[in-house]
Amino acid sequence: MKQRSLFQKIAAAPHILWAIMFIAAPMLFVLYFAFTDADGNFSFSNITSLSQYGNVFILSIAFALIATVVCLLIGYPLAYFMAKQKPRTQKILMVMIMLPMWCNLLIRTYALMALLDNGGLLNSLLEQLGVGRVPIVGTYFGVILGMVYDFLPYMVLPIFTAMTKLDKRYIEASYDLGCNGWQTITRIIMPLTASGVISGVTMVFVPSISTFYISQKLGAGKIDLVGDTIERLFQNVSTYNVGAAMSLVMMVLILISIFVMNRFSDDRTTAPVRGGLK
Amino acid sequence: MKILSKCYMGVIFFLLYIPIIVLIVFSFNDAGSLSEFTKPSLVWYEELFRDEEALSSLVNSLIIAVSSSLIATVIGTFGALGLHRMKSRYIKGSVNALTNIPMMNPDIVTGVSMMLLFVAVGTFLKTRQLFGFGTMLIAHVTFNLPYVILSVMPRFKQLDKSLSEAAQDLGCTPSKAFFKAELPEIIPGIVSGLMLGFTMSLDDFVISHFVSSPNFQTLPLYVYNQTAHDVKFSMYALCAMIVFIITVILLVVNFAGSFGSRKSRAIRR
Amino acid sequence: MKLRSFLSLLTALVLLLSTVAGLTSCNTDSSESITLYVYNWGEYMSDGSEGTLDANKAFEDWYFENYGVKVKVNYSTYSSNESMYAKISSGSVNYDVIVPSDYMIERMIGEDLLAPLNYDNIDNIGNIAPEFYGEDAKYDYYDPGNVYSVPYMYGMIGIIYNTSVVPENEEDLGSWSLMWDEEYKGNILQFNNSRDAFGTAQYYLQVDVNSEDEADWRAALDKLKEQKKVVQGYVMDEIYNKMENGSAAIAAYYAGDYLTMYEENEDLEFYYPEEGTNLYVDAMCVPKSSQNKEIAERYINFMLTEEVAVANAEYTYYASPNTLVRENQEYIDYLGEIKEDAYEKIYDTDSVRTSSYQNLKDDKLVLLNGLWEELKSDIEISTGIYVICGVIIATLAGFGIFFAVRKRLREVK
Repeated sequence: MKQRSLFQKIAAAPHILWAIMFIAAPMLFVLYFAFTDADGNFSFSNITSLSQYGNVFILSIAFALIATVVCLLIGYPLAYFMAKQKPRTQKILMVMIMLPMWCNLLIRTYALMALLDNGGLLNSLLEQLGVGRVPIVGTYFGVILGMVYDFLPYMVLPIFTAMTKLDKRYIEASYDLGCNGWQTITRIIMPLTASGVISGVTMVFVPSISTFYISQKLGAGKIDLVGDTIERLFQNVSTYNVGAAMSLVMMVLILISIFVMNRFSDDRTTAPVRGGLK
Repeated sequence: MKILSKCYMGVIFFLLYIPIIVLIVFSFNDAGSLSEFTKPSLVWYEELFRDEEALSSLVNSLIIAVSSSLIATVIGTFGALGLHRMKSRYIKGSVNALTNIPMMNPDIVTGVSMMLLFVAVGTFLKTRQLFGFGTMLIAHVTFNLPYVILSVMPRFKQLDKSLSEAAQDLGCTPSKAFFKAELPEIIPGIVSGLMLGFTMSLDDFVISHFVSSPNFQTLPLYVYNQTAHDVKFSMYALCAMIVFIITVILLVVNFAGSFGSRKSRAIRR
Repeated sequence: MKLRSFLSLLTALVLLLSTVAGLTSCNTDSSESITLYVYNWGEYMSDGSEGTLDANKAFEDWYFENYGVKVKVNYSTYSSNESMYAKISSGSVNYDVIVPSDYMIERMIGEDLLAPLNYDNIDNIGNIAPEFYGEDAKYDYYDPGNVYSVPYMYGMIGIIYNTSVVPENEEDLGSWSLMWDEEYKGNILQFNNSRDAFGTAQYYLQVDVNSEDEADWRAALDKLKEQKKVVQGYVMDEIYNKMENGSAAIAAYYAGDYLTMYEENEDLEFYYPEEGTNLYVDAMCVPKSSQNKEIAERYINFMLTEEVAVANAEYTYYASPNTLVRENQEYIDYLGEIKEDAYEKIYDTDSVRTSSYQNLKDDKLVLLNGLWEELKSDIEISTGIYVICGVIIATLAGFGIFFAVRKRLREVK
């Protein structure tokens, strides 16, 4: 190896500096605010005061868990069927899955709310059919539905990608060795697409547990999740500290779940990567 | 089985698209109501182009997206180069872990942490006008960085070491060797990092929400304020137009170029 | 070939950069003029949509004509006093004109956030009715003598209901109790800001809205918790859509906004609850941090001129403290066209039992904040949720154990 020039030695310097200033330092400030009171003295009171939000945490985790599982149950077969199409159809389907992701999440969620609201299109249709109104906005069901609707593409895409990368010869081999269709799916396809599932699960779970826009609109301001609470706490200077504590706890929760999830898969190399937003 | 799978796909795609279709159809609704369609018209599209606030926030969004993705690409490319050449595994590992934080963290935590930093710096400097374009640019560069590294790093790893050595044997200085022999090889990675950062930044709402000031609004922030009131139908018109443009771009990119789509590529990694 | 593609990319980048530079320089060109930052409630000023007067644009033209200086108004909006206060007090942004409500003005004066106004620049102050400005003013309780503020609009809170859902003979009509009626479960909307939400409960309970007694506030919280089971949600301006399209049937909101909704849906009716309700005044102020105080004062002055004040009153339907507006026949006819009794509904304050919010002492503010958090985080989790999650976790754990055991067995083999 040739001598490394000064240029190559300092090439990473701006990046490292930036990362320290704007990634590490903000995290330290979260820690600082979480463990100090309004006057800047060390205290645990912010963390302990989070106990009143116990149910908020439980509900957020539950919603994120349910939304993720529903996305997986819907998304996995979808990705499987998509991957079985001809390459040209696959491309079109791929564009169709990605298209909603490009339309702003806020507008999409708002449109969904307008559609499902008591006086919205769906309910006026149901009323005309004589079924009567089904309240969706402002219920648990509505919020979970919003999460599934908004984040389903994040589940489908990585699984679909894993499926298309799958070597077709494995499948042929399994048939040759006497497996039936179902066995091929459970023994060959599922284990080999596990990495896609893991990143899909991460990409749905993380934004679901931290969302505030979806619960604000589809929960009508009545169903408060962790994200809503953090957002509200940061609207008021006097509650920054509690807000920081809450963010910290949520961060730790997510790190733990990512860690557990990675344990689940044998493939340690699949770093969970979120490509999306919120 | 074939029919069943087609039906399944049809149903899911139908459900996924209903809100968007309704939104597009009603953006042509003269009455400006979501409950009844009176007659088709383009009034909301005209209204949109007269709405200065919406247009200026669109321009702001583009400015932020272009500048933040460019800055992040430059810093990130050199960062990836330096990290790739770095000897100490310990530093390398920890810098990588640090860089990935904004990608692993929920956006709300990233946003909140940046806000706390700016608040603290503001109190320290005693300035009253810290939030605005600058803070937003910093935040956007920060969350774009990991995606740039993610796209560029694999290119460096694939790079043939002898390339640089050959260039140096032929009389190049190490930096010249980098620019002449290696940079062209990693350009696809740089481009995809740039595009990825651009779209992420254009789309971001949550982080911007925490580091913005009402004086400098991007499009998602404008939409958020809108949805807190009575949404103007010109917003639906805007969304319909975005969907249309993106469809065209995606189709062109997917069928004309070999680039593949950027967003899915990031997910694939 | 490689080099060529690289070069073409480079040119593309340069082009992009220059566009950005061009765009930003465009911005700096326009910033040669002075920018006036105005921070107002959402939908609270005539903005030129649907043929109305664009008040900010009119001001820019008017200012250039009269003073020869180019001023650009940067207009942004908020949805609650509290969020406006957070922005101002955190010092993160500078504004030149803000429009807080009464109790918030009192608080901001107390915290030295507002600048005293120079009335030499506001000679239209004479247009303000004597109840709001001057020696006999009845409604200057928040800022005696109007040292810091010029009234913009005022109004009262009442209850809006949908006659196609709530029958005429409903006993609760006329009282706050309608908002607690279990019969309309899922059809009721409550304010999504602490002061107004607690206000509704306090008026219903007939306790002082500015109470010094913690027990009064706790009682209101209990009432609100009880109400949480029947409300559809806590919303602010989303209420327009929800009431107009019939998604909800009962809501407490500001009188002027009722008329806006009535225009879209004639089934909506409105009353002021007999237990009493809130009267508020929103007034224009200049924050101490303002860089262009003189222009800000002229802006306020401009808002008091007849044409602009009428346009704003016709746009918002809120009651105007401006005598030129109240006596403007065209305006009175305009209101009459919307609804026969519209004028009386918004201006007749004497026949309604009213009181106003005052700024709370610090400890009560902290208390209110805490109670609001308690209300918002008061969530009952149904057993269904626990069961579903239990099943999911059990299944996952089952899978985990199954695979671990299988792996072990294989290793043993």
